[in-house]
Amino acid sequence: MSEHHHGHGHHHHHHDNHFTDMEARVKALETVLTEKGLIDPAAIDAIVETYEMKIGPRNGARVVAKAWVDADFAEWLKRDATAAIASLGFTGRQGEHMRAVFNTADTHNLVVCTLCSCYPWSVLGLPPVWYKAPPYRSRAVIDPRGVLSEFGVTLPEATRIRVWDSTAELRYLVVPERPAGTEGFSEEELAGLVTRDSMIGTGLALSAEAVR
Amino acid sequence: MNTCKVVSPLVASAELPKSPEGDPVFAEPWQANAFAMTVRLHEKGVFSWPEWAEALSAELYKPGRKADASDYYDCWVAALSRLVTELSIASCRELEHLTRSWQRAAEATPHGQPIVLANDPERP
Repeated sequence: MSEHHHGHGHHHHHHDNHFTDMEARVKALETVLTEKGLIDPAAIDAIVETYEMKIGPRNGARVVAKAWVDADFAEWLKRDATAAIASLGFTGRQGEHMRAVFNTADTHNLVVCTLCSCYPWSVLGLPPVWYKAPPYRSRAVIDPRGVLSEFGVTLPEATRIRVWDSTAELRYLVVPERPAGTEGFSEEELAGLVTRDSMIGTGLALSAEAVR
Repeated sequence: MNTCKVVSPLVASAELPKSPEGDPVFAEPWQANAFAMTVRLHEKGVFSWPEWAEALSAELYKPGRKADASDYYDCWVAALSRLVTELSIASCRELEHLTRSWQRAAEATPHGQPIVLANDPERP
């Protein structure tokens, strides 16, 4: 029922992983502080989680809302998501490429990073904890329908689910379907309907009643 | 996690980057981690918030800062490193070694596998 797309394979880097000075320095601090029992990963995750909703998802929501109201932008987003998203001022800091995948009446898209936790920070902020967790990473591919139902998303049997596997070089943004009854909504109102999960594919856009 | 406890130190930090809605903003996960570690150390009483503010402010007012403040969290990490060494939690040398070790570990880890310190080929 599901297809598994790999963005891997186009680039053959000798080294796939790299820590900037800052990333490495923060890891070093984390190591020392953990060894001394001063911090623990759960507490750090909890603090980050408190803030993660405040950061990026609005950027992605603006991209989606614009695609909903502006057919030319939607076309551009389909063709060259990196450039279309950059035109709104959201660019990745690691030179990663973006690809937008559009939900339709018969296809639902779901994004995962089976290997680690590649995530489009520039448009979605920090990845939620579950996105980084092994259960989601393994089960999204094997049983996407089951995963979706746990997120409260039940799709018709006939709906095809495509699973997209992010990499360090290529990251995906799901463009959810525009909810019914939103004709005449402003772009800003529409953006308010676009949740983070709807752009990962573990949710749908909110219904029209949510903002009016 | 009590949200109030987390938010309160922020009030004391006037220069924390904020969104138009007044929420704190991170550009990358390491910034959030550095931020969260600092909040946690403060909660644990390792340092007071004024102590932290002083350390951060010393870094923020060093010459050569970027005009757009995009190096704000670089300063944050420098301040945290300094406090950690001043409080003798770790030495400068230890932090430096660990930083290089993490970088070697990342380089030695193929994409898809978790980056762990043990992957550093020079680690005993």
